[in-house]
Amino acid sequence: MTDLIWLTIALPLLGVLINGLLGRQLGRTLNGIIGAGTVVLAFLVSLLVAGQVSGLPDPNSTTVKLWDWITIGSFDVTLSLLVDPLSMMMALIVTGVGALIHIYAIGYMDHDKDVSRFFTYLNLFIASMLILVLSDNYLGLYMGWELVGLCSYLLIGFWFTRPAAADAGKKAFIVNRVGDFGFALGVFLIWTTFGTLNYHEVFELAPEVAAGTISAITILLFVGAIGKSAQIPLHVWLPDAMEGPTPVSALIHAATMVTAGIYMVVRSNELYALAPQVSMTVAIIGGLTAFFAATIALVQYDLKRVLAYSTISQLGYMVLAVGVGAYTSAMFHLMTHAFFKALLFLAAGSVMHAMHDVIDIRRFGGLKDKMRITYITFLIGGLALAGFPLITAGFYSKDEILANVVDDSLLLEVLALLTAFLTAFYIFRAIFMTFHGEPRDRELYDHAHENKPVMTVPLIILAVLSLVGGFIGLPASLQLPNLLEGWLEPVAHAGHNITLAVEVGLIIVSSVLALGGIGLAYWVYMRRADLAENEGRIYGPFYKVLVNKYYVDEFYDMIFVNPGKRLGKFLANIIDVGLIDTLLVDGLARLTGAFGRIFAGFQTGYLRNYVLSILIGCIIVGIYFFVR
Amino acid sequence: MIVQTEWYLLLAAILFTIGAAGVLVRRNALVILMCVEIMMNAVNLTFVAFSREWQSMTGQVFVFMIMTVAAVEVAVGLAILVELYRHVKSVNIDDFDSLKG
Repeated sequence: MTDLIWLTIALPLLGVLINGLLGRQLGRTLNGIIGAGTVVLAFLVSLLVAGQVSGLPDPNSTTVKLWDWITIGSFDVTLSLLVDPLSMMMALIVTGVGALIHIYAIGYMDHDKDVSRFFTYLNLFIASMLILVLSDNYLGLYMGWELVGLCSYLLIGFWFTRPAAADAGKKAFIVNRVGDFGFALGVFLIWTTFGTLNYHEVFELAPEVAAGTISAITILLFVGAIGKSAQIPLHVWLPDAMEGPTPVSALIHAATMVTAGIYMVVRSNELYALAPQVSMTVAIIGGLTAFFAATIALVQYDLKRVLAYSTISQLGYMVLAVGVGAYTSAMFHLMTHAFFKALLFLAAGSVMHAMHDVIDIRRFGGLKDKMRITYITFLIGGLALAGFPLITAGFYSKDEILANVVDDSLLLEVLALLTAFLTAFYIFRAIFMTFHGEPRDRELYDHAHENKPVMTVPLIILAVLSLVGGFIGLPASLQLPNLLEGWLEPVAHAGHNITLAVEVGLIIVSSVLALGGIGLAYWVYMRRADLAENEGRIYGPFYKVLVNKYYVDEFYDMIFVNPGKRLGKFLANIIDVGLIDTLLVDGLARLTGAFGRIFAGFQTGYLRNYVLSILIGCIIVGIYFFVR
Repeated sequence: MIVQTEWYLLLAAILFTIGAAGVLVRRNALVILMCVEIMMNAVNLTFVAFSREWQSMTGQVFVFMIMTVAAVEVAVGLAILVELYRHVKSVNIDDFDSLKG
């Protein structure tokens, strides 16, 4: 049965072919059915295969070889799919959440004229992501990595006639490329060190390799993760990526592609366990990213930007978790985050769809009565994100991370806890401004209505998952069964052992912070309208910095983008036109012409000159024979 | 008293030079043809001189060849010259410059 795993990749690719080549003729209904249908089928296949995983021989994994890909001398790479707990967990998340988003997108894109192209790219993305997570070697991982980057570019810039969207697509791809450069170097280093790129073989040989080399490999691979998972300093592409259609933001920039970096580190956990300093660096970057992104989210008024910075912040949590060695906790949070973040994005899209593509929360208000299902699901998603105690999935996963960090670094723990407080605050700020209070834009409000079931049903399903999804990872220290830890045990170990006291303490602290954040948001945005109208007053001198996202984009513009543009202009005008075209190419032509004219001088047409040259030639020959 | 071979060769050389100079310097195409004849006669003289020195008939036989070729050449050359004159209306070789460039 596990042999069928290749179907999960083949089905979406089939969708790509059909929608790509025949899409326009088939019409939008069929585009949607094929697009979503292939992913639903892929999910069912994943479910079937995942059911088999527990029965597989230690470490609950098997490899399904597809074919030999590259065989050059000793460089031998096969295209094989690895079926094990980690890869199947990712596959289930990708296909499951992906299927729901595809179904939602059928409704969301109902007015768009390029529906076939949309579903083609979306299916291509699912296939690429599955190649990434199912591959059994670093080269397959890298191939999937690059492919999802490509799909991200294509989908962000889907409405490419809009300059902002086209620019955002370019920005995403280029910033990712910077990370991919480091990642590629890491893969090369793995090859030269181990002579193989296969996971199992690399991990077996790893303990015998010099620590310095392992550190180099892990830090280089992590550079790739910084780019792909939008950590500081390569986070800048994610907020701009919101120019793409909302289902894209939900799928790629919340649930799946950005989690590829986390997956990669968890997959390589045996390497990271051997490089403690690198792991600490990873944790620090994660913690800082989580905090700084949360602060920016506090003042954004574009709902999708709030969610984008929230994603960066939550990814920071996951990176923090892998940095302290809590690999199962990171995967747990990855899963719950996929549920509630996709939910939040889809619900935001639902609001946008109803409000004529307006996304500025300063023009919203009072929508809870007009869009009940969207409101309730968004609320559930917000509660999960904030980590509302006991009933939301986000609570359990975030709590596990917090419990694992406290042993390693008190500073990071404080940052993480502060971030939790800010998270609750900013998401409920968004909720209160969007759904509660008086409508700020009466005309928009009047035309708003709830969306069709094809859009609301996925919201409901994701909301349910955001509530119950946490129960598979109940804290072990409280003597409760942690099913996820057990499932992932063969591939990735759980973090530290947490004492009962610490666990209970953290549950209380994080609950207080979550409720406190929600309460503060309620007080500011519901009770103190004067503060709400003039947000700047709350933050004082920091407001401008926060709204401008710490001026990171401007900084990069100054250091990289503008010099790059100047270099480009220089190379284009002076080198390309001036040097190569004018000097070399034209110059060569002119030189040839000049030579031609010199030799043309010999063709006088006067017989006498010709006879003279014959005579001179004879004399020379004569002298030659005379001298010999 | 036999005339030494060197004097024949010297005469032939002088004749050849005169002929060559004439080909280079003269403008009249007819005169150039005549100078070519002079050159050929110089060569004949050389051949005959050596034939007498080495008591070999080869030289003299070859002279026959040369004379035959010379005759043919003059015939053809004059025919071409007449045709050229009909077109260019001049026998000045500087006027036959259509190969220029």
